Amino acid sequence: MSFRGRRALFLVSIPVALLVLVAAFAGLPDFGNYSGVYGRALNLIAVPQRHATDVVTAVNFDYRAFDTMGEEFILFAAVLGLAVVLRSMREEHRRASHEADEEHKFDEPSSLLRAFGVLLVGPVLVIGLYIVSHGAITPGGGFQGGVILAAALLIVFLAGEYLAMKFVAPHALVEFGEAAGAGGYVLVGFGGLVFAGVFFKNFIGLGDPAHILSAGTIPISNGAVGIEVAGAFVLLWTEFLDQALVIRGK
Amino acid sequence: MISFLPYAVAAWLIAIGLYGIVTSNNLVHLVVCLSVVQSATYVLLLAIGYKTGGQAPIFADIPVGTTAVDPVVQALSLVDIVVEATVTALLLALAVQAHKRFGSIDPDDLRPLAG
Repeated sequence: MSFRGRRALFLVSIPVALLVLVAAFAGLPDFGNYSGVYGRALNLIAVPQRHATDVVTAVNFDYRAFDTMGEEFILFAAVLGLAVVLRSMREEHRRASHEADEEHKFDEPSSLLRAFGVLLVGPVLVIGLYIVSHGAITPGGGFQGGVILAAALLIVFLAGEYLAMKFVAPHALVEFGEAAGAGGYVLVGFGGLVFAGVFFKNFIGLGDPAHILSAGTIPISNGAVGIEVAGAFVLLWTEFLDQALVIRGK
Repeated sequence: MISFLPYAVAAWLIAIGLYGIVTSNNLVHLVVCLSVVQSATYVLLLAIGYKTGGQAPIFADIPVGTTAVDPVVQALSLVDIVVEATVTALLLALAVQAHKRFGSIDPDDLRPLAG
């Protein structure tokens, strides 16, 4: 269909869709007046019951930890699928690493970018670790911190070169990290089953609220997810960068 | 006035994102437009959970019992963001392969796969 035809069809049909949407929104609670009973209850019981001061993390990694396992494997499966879609095709070949040195014809990063990169890698790593480890206390957790940790490796790529990034984070190690993180999270669930009789039950001493070792299994699950997410994102970026820098057509 | 504005923003994001998808002539642009549609769901979820005068549901600095916004929808937004990231990555990977096969990232140039 032509561009004009598509646009005309869109302009005719979108008012109808918006009408349905507005009718649906009309049934929602007024903005600012939500009184969901679960949220209210969780805000009151999460601190006394789980010693976790960040209720969002308490929901994700304790009250609905089982769903988060599914979420984690969505990410795992998606990265797996991405690796399949971006595999080396029959007519393509991977450049040997010594070739890569010669053919690596990206412009050299400017010395300013290099300097900033070197300065940034450390602090970004620390922020990532901080966000992962304080998930039960302040906003953050494994998902957010994991992405920040992976970003630190991307800075290595920006400031240095692709091979440097692969040197810091070898493919096998990243893959192992991703799988170990995903498996570790499931192990926490089995820990609950073995030690407390219920899958994903919080089975470790809860400690003092707002202390870094508080909230029982929540910091452990956060650590596992942090490793998995960092590994998943590095793998994802590696697959795309491989397309641009390593894999060549016939 | 303010009571329906966040919902209007969500509806607007869906409409403008769909417009971009329908009229797109670039697969990467199309994927970004899909992210715009998806971001409407974050606005909608967070708007639903908001309570007037509510604090963030983090009780590290404020006493338990303080009026706070709903933590359940915020947890759902987190799931939403993870799903969006994975969907975007997979679609971009497909765009890379489409470009290899057809030499173009214009959706109009895509033809049925042969062999």
